[in-house]
Amino acid sequence: MSALARSLLLLVVIALVAIAPTRSRAQTDPLSSLASTNYDEIRRGVEALAVSGDPRSASIIAALQDGRLFVRPDKALFIKGDSGFVAADTGVSASDVTADALRPVRVNNAVRRAIDSALGSLRLFSPEPATRSIAAEAVFKARDASAVPALDRALAQEKDPAVARVMRQARAAAVLTTLDAREADRIAAIRILRERGDIDARSMLASLSGQPPAVATAAASAIAAIDRNLRLWEFAQDAYYGLSLGSVLLLAAIGLAITFGVMGVINMAHGELVMLGAYTTYVVQETIRGHWPGLFGASLFIAVPLAFLVAGLAGMAIERGLIRFLYGRPLETLLATFGLSLLLQQAVRSIFGASNRQVGTPDWMSGAMQLGGLTLTYNRLTIIVFALVVLFALMAALRYTPLGLRMRAVTQNRRMAAAMGIRTPWIDALTFGLGSGVAGMAGVALSQIDNVSPNLGQGYIIDSFMVVVFGGVGNLWGTALGALTLGVTNKFLEPIAGAVLGKIVVLCLLILFIQRRPRGMFPLKGRAVEA
Amino acid sequence: MSARITCIALVLVLGGALLLALGNLATAEQSALHASPYVISLAGKYLCYAILALAVDLVWGFAGILSLGHAAFFALGGYAMGMYLMREIGARGVYGNPVLPDFMVFLNWKTLPWYWHGFNIPGFALLMVVLVPGVLALVFGYLAFRSRVTGVYLSIITQALTYALLLAFFRNDMGFGGNNGMTDFKDMFGLPLQLDRTRDVLMLASAVALSLCLLLARFVVHSRFGKVLIAVRDSESRTRFLGYRPENYKLVVFVLSAVMAGIGGALYVPQVGIINPSEFAPANSIEAVIWVAVGGRGTLVGAVLGAVLVNLGKTYFTGALPELWLFALGALFVLVTLFLPRGIMGLLPVRAEMPLPRAPAPAQAAASEAGPEGVAGADFGR
Repeated sequence: MSALARSLLLLVVIALVAIAPTRSRAQTDPLSSLASTNYDEIRRGVEALAVSGDPRSASIIAALQDGRLFVRPDKALFIKGDSGFVAADTGVSASDVTADALRPVRVNNAVRRAIDSALGSLRLFSPEPATRSIAAEAVFKARDASAVPALDRALAQEKDPAVARVMRQARAAAVLTTLDAREADRIAAIRILRERGDIDARSMLASLSGQPPAVATAAASAIAAIDRNLRLWEFAQDAYYGLSLGSVLLLAAIGLAITFGVMGVINMAHGELVMLGAYTTYVVQETIRGHWPGLFGASLFIAVPLAFLVAGLAGMAIERGLIRFLYGRPLETLLATFGLSLLLQQAVRSIFGASNRQVGTPDWMSGAMQLGGLTLTYNRLTIIVFALVVLFALMAALRYTPLGLRMRAVTQNRRMAAAMGIRTPWIDALTFGLGSGVAGMAGVALSQIDNVSPNLGQGYIIDSFMVVVFGGVGNLWGTALGALTLGVTNKFLEPIAGAVLGKIVVLCLLILFIQRRPRGMFPLKGRAVEA
Repeated sequence: MSARITCIALVLVLGGALLLALGNLATAEQSALHASPYVISLAGKYLCYAILALAVDLVWGFAGILSLGHAAFFALGGYAMGMYLMREIGARGVYGNPVLPDFMVFLNWKTLPWYWHGFNIPGFALLMVVLVPGVLALVFGYLAFRSRVTGVYLSIITQALTYALLLAFFRNDMGFGGNNGMTDFKDMFGLPLQLDRTRDVLMLASAVALSLCLLLARFVVHSRFGKVLIAVRDSESRTRFLGYRPENYKLVVFVLSAVMAGIGGALYVPQVGIINPSEFAPANSIEAVIWVAVGGRGTLVGAVLGAVLVNLGKTYFTGALPELWLFALGALFVLVTLFLPRGIMGLLPVRAEMPLPRAPAPAQAAASEAGPEGVAGADFGR
């Protein structure tokens, strides 16, 4: 309540006292105050009732707010309920009372304010911790000085430490707005707000004015501390967004790291394999919606292996039908696969239509969790985890499975591998299929955060190539680190330079980086490099 | 032999352009020989595309640099011309501001950005048409060739270059009209662009520019310089060991090619009447490469032929069977690279301008000897 309103109120009180000198001001019973016709008296009655600890006070004040509180000429109070009147002080049904004998207790704005704040204070004593917490937060936001006594009593009996903390913060906010609070109390309050450390606490501290020097210094240093704190959270949030973008890039690029990085095949249709994965998700979800709606939560788990199969088979078909004729001619491979990407896009457009397809998000992936000042959305979190799982699964598959062994043998020394009886053309097809299948799985993840349209893949192809080239060809760790670096750099540049300019800066940095280190962050060493 | 082919091509380009212009001006509208303004601007567009294709062939066919960002130079030349045409509108714009183009008035800008000054002078604008793509190519090429970025790596960073420019030109505060680009041009060097005669002149100018570029390119590849260039294309490290500096040769031809592309773009803009950031789209650059592949890489004349033929096909398909155009274009990419590695010119019974090294026949490539080029020594997850 502002100082102006206070002084106005004081004037009103003085005027009323002057007009009605006979009326006693020191009412001890809050209920008899409510029965008064003097608004000021009623207001004081509400305030007294709020701190009285009477279990009936909440319902009485609520009745007053709704205009259901009535007074009999003998000053007995009654609440009008659905089934007649009940006595306000006892809660006993009063069937003998009729509406003719009663007049409603009237309220003015000052009383209404008192009612609001009283109800707020009363909620502080609710048996539900959540309600108490919300009530304390409301007091915090309202900076209501008159709530201090109620908060003190609530604090005394509060068991839940989390709720108690919010109450202490609310009390601190209230103390700071109290005109006659002692300096030491104010400084203690500022310390509590500083611990809270969010934007609300900061604006509350910033709005303080006309404070004694010691308090002002404490407030200024608290604001500085909160700013530092907020910057830290903002930094963490940017890092999270960056990780999220990086994991998306990693998913899109990791298949390319196999086909381009290991086999040296420029597959411009890689993005379209990602798109196939996304459309597989769409088809799976449509089928589930039509036949087994209960399975919807598991739709992504069904879609992942299917997308791997669809894209993997498509990839093997591409390798057998097109790319194997162009080995040793990388530029021609690039053109042919670009043509293929146009064909695939148009095919999908003809089958599914040019517009975006709706892919749903299962319940367990929607929503977000709050971690300090961080908001972590579940779908992004899932994608980060998924990207890492795919990365490690792929590494394990290449290292520990017989197929992975053969793949490594063929890429390291093709003729020797062939001499050992490995059917190298078949391994080429399988390697390409593996890379393509991983692209398909990426499509499942991207369907959750991007529009599923025939152009889905196009947006990722340049970024994916950048990631692979940046990380160093033929090195999955490099790809992972490259993707995360690019993602985080991008997101840190965004607040400074804006989204589009940030992306341009990243592209330019990359172009410059490739000039410095044409073989990426982790180039392969040895004579093979110059081959 | 190849000189004769070039002569035939020149006669066809210049003669065809003249005939079309005559058909537009000298015949009545009902005449069977009449060329409508639509046909004239279409022909002009094809000629500009042919200049771009020629530029791509010069670097790809003769220096082995597969640039996937050549449309960026084309678009930059176009923007330089577009800026001149915007200034030329003067006070006739919607907002009637004598200095600021409409989109700047719309964005509430008060003064002309510094880089817009001088574009009201035709000579300066023409200089910029050549300089802007040239300087960009010089800087980019210097950095790329000096650090020996070659092959597909170079292709990918040229693509990143045009992609970055695409994003940049989409921004409103770049001062190039953002998403909408520049349009509503009124006249050029005092000639109203809506007039048939202006269109004919522009189309003829494109034909002349194409002919000059063709002659220049032919001169370059047949010179001593061109011989070294072809050596670089066929074996860069061997050329280096012989004492040449491949990066310098590549840089010169890259800049020359970028300037050519810029001139093509500058002629293109007044004929289509608009320039916007979509010209920077990576797909455009790749499409230019396929024109060259269809016509025949490393043949110069083939590039011109390919550009005209593919675009004729595009005009027909997008008009008659829009669904099928991407199928046709995609199939063209695949079939040409698989079955027509020398393009249409390879079918003619003449020697190519500078024959490419023999490409391995498909049957050979499929043999176990030639697997994926691979990165020998790659070790996963180390």
